[in-house]
Order: sequence, then structure tokens, then C-alpha cells
Amino acid sequence: MNTLKVSVVTPDGPVYEGEAELVSVKAKSGELGILPGHIPLVAPLTINAVRFKNGADTLLLAVSGGFVEVRPKQVTILAESAELPSDIDVERARAAKERAEQRLNQAKQDNVDFRRAELALKRAINRLDLTGK
Amino acid sequence: MASLRDIKSRITSTKKTKQITKAMQMVSAAKLNRAEMNAKSFVPYMEKIQEVVGSIANGSSGGSHPMLESREVKKTGYVVITSDRGLAGAYNSSVLRHVYRTINERHNSTDEYAIIVAGKVGLSFFKKRGMPVVESIVGLSDQPAFADIKDIASRTVGMFEDGAFDELYLYYNHYVSAIQQDLTERKLLPLTDIETGGGKSLASYEYEPSEEEILEILLPQYAESLIYGALLDAKAAEHASRMTAMRSATDNADDLIGDLTLSYNRARQASITQELTEIVSGAAALE
Repeated sequence: MNTLKVSVVTPDGPVYEGEAELVSVKAKSGELGILPGHIPLVAPLTINAVRFKNGADTLLLAVSGGFVEVRPKQVTILAESAELPSDIDVERARAAKERAEQRLNQAKQDNVDFRRAELALKRAINRLDLTGK
Repeated sequence: MASLRDIKSRITSTKKTKQITKAMQMVSAAKLNRAEMNAKSFVPYMEKIQEVVGSIANGSSGGSHPMLESREVKKTGYVVITSDRGLAGAYNSSVLRHVYRTINERHNSTDEYAIIVAGKVGLSFFKKRGMPVVESIVGLSDQPAFADIKDIASRTVGMFEDGAFDELYLYYNHYVSAIQQDLTERKLLPLTDIETGGGKSLASYEYEPSEEEILEILLPQYAESLIYGALLDAKAAEHASRMTAMRSATDNADDLIGDLTLSYNRARQASITQELTEIVSGAAALE
């Protein structure tokens, strides 16, 4: 079976390098499944999980603030942050979630704060979802 | 001539200073190693994002975005990266002097520019001179993570997008080697000169959903990562500069201790000779 070379890079360094038969990401325009031989593509990603499928194994990564670059044999994910489930700090994510929820309840009027809290909440939920599975 | 006790206490205090500078030198050397590694692990990200941005910006379809176009300059933003602590040789002063001179040459009033500064030294420098500092970040760790500066970077880029200023310059010390750091001036925004990753053949991409929307997300992220890259570079330069400064301080202390020991021994010898003469002449007087 053909495989794709996948790499996940963040400003703090590469997070993951490997091979996958299927890469599944949630782009802004919807879910994208990428198989080997895909045409070159660039798409921004939502704060969500990225899946690398290899036979029966599925590897999940929590990604936020990034985009995916696809080439026929290679998929690169450039993100502001990306974490393997084992690297996620559950306590911290839970605390961040609570903080964000509080802020959302309080700061309904202030637009900037509201948007930031919303994003923080999304990131926290994404991380917790991943570790929960 | 200074008394024996004076010289002795000067030697002790110089020795203590030397211990401190030597310790700082070694700490900086270790930090420099880490900072170099951080800068290195950032390279793949930078290369990749540059490649994608380059291929979109130079693509035949010519997607346009406010961040790619020069507009009439009414107000200029300056991002200046300095350190929180001193004792780093000319590290801070060279950047600050250059920025200060450049601003004075280019602008007549404080309405024409705004400063974004990282590091306590720079912040107090500009505040003291009554220059407008709109954003600042102090107390950065020696190994800053992207998350640490994400906020200030995106606010800075946001200010450009909102039209708070029409161009943005970046000033920092570029790390060349442990003994050389170059002052670097870089025009950050608008992005008029995007390098395309070493002339590799660029794939023509499909854009999902559209080119404009990609640029909308990609360009701010690119500009932010440029700021982060500069910060990592500057951190490495800071540690290198501090290491060199502390090494020469240690060397100077060594020289000083040598000189002082010499004059201490001379003084000791002189006092012994004098005592002997006194005893001998005292004995001679009794005979």
C-alpha cells in the first residue's frame, strides 16, 4: 500500500515525522481525507484533531492555528501548536477550559476578550477530547 | 604607597568579582547552547512557511492582500528586541543607539512612529526619552516558546492590518557566532521581499477554499513567525554577547589580581627591609 510522508512542524520544533496511508484533517471548509497521489493543496485548519491512519493504527494529534500543505507524496502540517496525546497536560487543559468558560460568562460585551476566550475554550476542549478517547 | 591591608582587601574583592563573572560566563555558555538549539528547531517551520507563502505570493494568479502591498507611509512601527538584564557588553547599546539615531533622522514628531519593545533595557531607554512605546514585553524566559510571544506578535501584526501604522521595521542582534553578533534591520511589513526558499521548483497549489482566505490566515502567521524567529536569534546573540563580555571581565580581573599581588609583595618586602634596618641600627646605637 502506498503511504504518504507526514510531518508536523511548529515554531518550537518538529512534533511528528512519519508515514501514513490516510491523513484526515478538519479544514475551515470541511473535513478533508488525503490519500497518496493527492494534487498539491493548501488549506487552513480549524482547532481540531488530525488523524494519521496506518493500517489498523490511528494516530491522533491536537492541532491549533495552522494549515496543511499537501503534495502527491507528502503532507506537511504547519501549526502554532501541535501535541501528541501523550504530551497533553490534562490538568492544564482542564484548568484552561474552566477559565475560558468563566470568561465567556462574564465578558459577553467585550468583543476581543470574548473571541480569545472562545478560542482558548476550543483548544482546551480539543485537547481534552483527544486524551479522553 | 597603599598600605598592605588596603592592597590585600582589593585583591580579595577582585577575586570575588572574578568568581561571579566566571560563573556568569559559564551559565551564558550553557544558555547559548540551548538558544542555538531552539533557533535550529525553528528552521524547518520557517522554511516551510516561507516556501508556501512564496509560492502563493509569487503565483501567477497573483492573490492580493493588504499585507503584501506598500501604501503611503503616515506612521511607522519599530519592533526593537533588547534584553532584560545588562552585563552583556554592547548588546543593548548598539541596537538602541542605532534605532534612536534612525528615528531621529526619519521623524520630526512623536506622532509619526510607534515603538514595540521587548526587554526591560529597551523599555526604560525609550520611556526615559519620552518616545511612544505602544507595546512591550518584559521578563521573557531564556528559552521563549512561541506561545509566550504569540499575543504581542499578533497584536503588532494586527496594528498594521488596522492601519495603526503603514510599515513595520524590526531591529535586533543577529547571532553569527559566539564572538560575533551583527545588528540587523529588517523591514517586516508590508511583505515586499519574500524569499522563495532557495529557488526550489515550486508546486502550484490548489487553494481550499480560496487564495484570498488562505492569505488572510497565512500572512499574519508568517509575520508572527518572523518576529519569533528574530527573538530566538536575538536570544542566542544575547547569551553569546554576555559570554564574551564576562570572559573579558574575568581576564581583566586576572590581570588586576596579578598586578596587585606584585605590588603587595613589593610592599611586604619593603616593610621587612625597613624593620631589619631599624633593628640593626638600634643594635648599633647601643654599642
